[in-house]
Amino acid sequence: MNWSSWILSGFVATVVLSAALATSQGLGFTRMNLPYLIGAVLTHDRDRARLYGFMAHVINGWAFSIIYVLIFETTRNASWWFGLVIGLVHALFVLTIGTMLLPTLHPRMATERHGPTAKRQLEPPGFMALNYGYQTPISVFLSHAAFGAILAALYKLH
Amino acid sequence: MSAQPIVNPNHTFPQGKFPRICDYAVIGDCRSAALVSKDGSIDWLCWPRFDSPSIFAALLDRERGGLWKISPISKYSIKRHYLPDTNILQTEFTTESGTAVLTDLMPVRENGSLVPDHEIIRQIECTSGELEIEVLLSPRGNYGDATPKLEQRGRLGLRFCHGRGVYWLRGSESLGVNEHSAILRHQLKSGESLLFSLSYTENAPAILPDISQIRHRMSVCADWWRQWVGAMRYEGEFRDEVVRSALTLKLLTYVLSGAVVAAPTTSLPERIGGSLNWDYRYCWLRDASLTIRAMLELGYLDEAAQFLDWMLHATRLTQPQLRILYTVFGNSAPKEWESKTLRGYENSAPVRIGNAARDQLQLDVYGEVIDAASQYVFHGGNLDHEMQKVLVGFGNYVVKHWDEPDEGLWEPRNGRQNHTHSRLMCWTALDRLVSLAEQGKLKRVKVEEYKRNRDAIQQQICTRAWNENLKSYVSVLDGEDLDASLLLLSWYGFEKPDSPRMQATYEAIRRQLGTRDGLLYRYHVNPPEGTFAICSFWEAEYLALGAGKSDECRKLMKSLFKYQNDIGLYGEEIDAQTGDALGNFPQAFTHIGLIGAALSLDQRVKGEQQLGHRPESAMDEEHQSKVA
Repeated sequence: MNWSSWILSGFVATVVLSAALATSQGLGFTRMNLPYLIGAVLTHDRDRARLYGFMAHVINGWAFSIIYVLIFETTRNASWWFGLVIGLVHALFVLTIGTMLLPTLHPRMATERHGPTAKRQLEPPGFMALNYGYQTPISVFLSHAAFGAILAALYKLH
Repeated sequence: MSAQPIVNPNHTFPQGKFPRICDYAVIGDCRSAALVSKDGSIDWLCWPRFDSPSIFAALLDRERGGLWKISPISKYSIKRHYLPDTNILQTEFTTESGTAVLTDLMPVRENGSLVPDHEIIRQIECTSGELEIEVLLSPRGNYGDATPKLEQRGRLGLRFCHGRGVYWLRGSESLGVNEHSAILRHQLKSGESLLFSLSYTENAPAILPDISQIRHRMSVCADWWRQWVGAMRYEGEFRDEVVRSALTLKLLTYVLSGAVVAAPTTSLPERIGGSLNWDYRYCWLRDASLTIRAMLELGYLDEAAQFLDWMLHATRLTQPQLRILYTVFGNSAPKEWESKTLRGYENSAPVRIGNAARDQLQLDVYGEVIDAASQYVFHGGNLDHEMQKVLVGFGNYVVKHWDEPDEGLWEPRNGRQNHTHSRLMCWTALDRLVSLAEQGKLKRVKVEEYKRNRDAIQQQICTRAWNENLKSYVSVLDGEDLDASLLLLSWYGFEKPDSPRMQATYEAIRRQLGTRDGLLYRYHVNPPEGTFAICSFWEAEYLALGAGKSDECRKLMKSLFKYQNDIGLYGEEIDAQTGDALGNFPQAFTHIGLIGAALSLDQRVKGEQQLGHRPESAMDEEHQSKVA
């Protein structure tokens, strides 16, 4: 594995992913705010949650890119379109399994079954995160596809 | 408790007459505001900002506007009040079978905590006997154009999406959903209550508040308002009225920028059935000086600093030219358009969104902004390098343009004229800049050039704005008509209130524009509109500044208090026949006028300096001799 190439490409791809999600949120396509959701695990202070969550999201994206890189190395294929396909699979996982597990795993997220409580007040994402806007799946697919494509395009196989 | 969700109600909207404008109360969270009628109906709400499209607008169309009503089903009488020193409204319904109290509030955002960005909390509690309550939610987005589909989401609550955001209604009881509206009928016995939270979220997953915490949050909100009122310095004889006015002013101050909107509504008519319907959900610079003076002298230095900062920095895009109105973030107000859906309050069409006055030229705004800065300095504030540069830029603009006609303070849409008030404010602008420079508070001022132009304006006002036949100052140079803004010649220090010319002008204004009940029209117009509420407070302040005795001012103010509604709110105008409010409601400018008059009276009673425009006031001997 090419460690220096992973550090650079993983960082760039994560920054692009974060910027793409923030842009689609700012343009009103979705209310899904991953840094906020992640940060709210750590604190109930919403301003700090955004900051902590952003840092956690960047580290998380960086770390997650190792899995992509391992796939590239194993298959000896690091073309942009292959990265894009992995990104789409990644997005599908996030939107289905991830959103299904999130209300159970997140300490501050309400569940449809029990409703909000004093501690759990965050709106759950629902299937495909549609609760956060009907265009949320598109935004998640596009940003993760960009993540995979950029990572693959920048990564140099060992 | 027993709930009866009704899936197909016979009626979805209360039919019948519009409430009187003065029958409304306002609640708000310093970001947006809602109007609540005496029937417990929220008839106006725009989220997330004051100037966002409405989600409830029954205020402007009973059938198409949308509302959220909570009231008893049987006949009732009501009493209402704000909880002391707060903007939390309580409406008490009394029926033959029992009494219930409805509490309405918009929680002020608790910093850092996990609560909704925008929320209305409503609680109705049966305090004696028993009665059946109806809760009707019927949202209509985008000024009545959109009909959001309501979805019942089990224990999470009821939700609907519109525009960029999501609305969630959570309650201690569920409402039955009828696609586009939801309703609940519920029998309450003494001691029982219903609690609801309607929230709006735009940029993140929504926070769904826990209903069991709502009472605690209501108490936190009440404490917040009381703490704010506790910082007030005014202890004069009209404390109740000043507190209510200050609370209204604070409610209309957009917390994220410090801008103050003129009113939270659009198109409430200045003449019932007429077309004098304007959108007031923006910030007018012409109110700046009076606003900042009210904030400073009530002891709210932070609010004043934030407001000044907003004026000097948020308006940067157009400097050194100033527009007359801006959005809360300093953008140009949107172009004016007319709603095709909403038919207007009492069919007073059109309902206008945006404001065409944005393209007008009003030279008075330069004096307003500069005088606001001057007052800020007088109360101990400092102007940083950037602020000084901006103020000098305004001064240079005034030097070049003061002799031009403009649309003037009252924003008529029939062309430009040489308004006396605009000249007065250009004189004020240069006079304050000279004063600030001489105090060493402002650098790089062309003092001699400013003085030369200031004196030229003064000469022009003294000769061409004075009508010897009428024995009065007049609205436009070489004109023959009066308007009430001439009373401000003394407020800005141009001429002493007890000078022969001002006394004669005051008598002429009272004679031509006054009513028997002590109210004032702003000017003559045919057909007549309502009397202009702030003009009456200008009159009271003119008396307090030395034109009359303290008792005359006191008497006038007490007579004006008769025209506030049952909870102390004023609109823009007062119908001279009925005493009802007209125009957008409640009106920040009117409440600022009330505060100003009360402050000046209090200062006079205590023998304190009034209107700290500048130590070497323009009303000195040298100036008087020039005027003479």
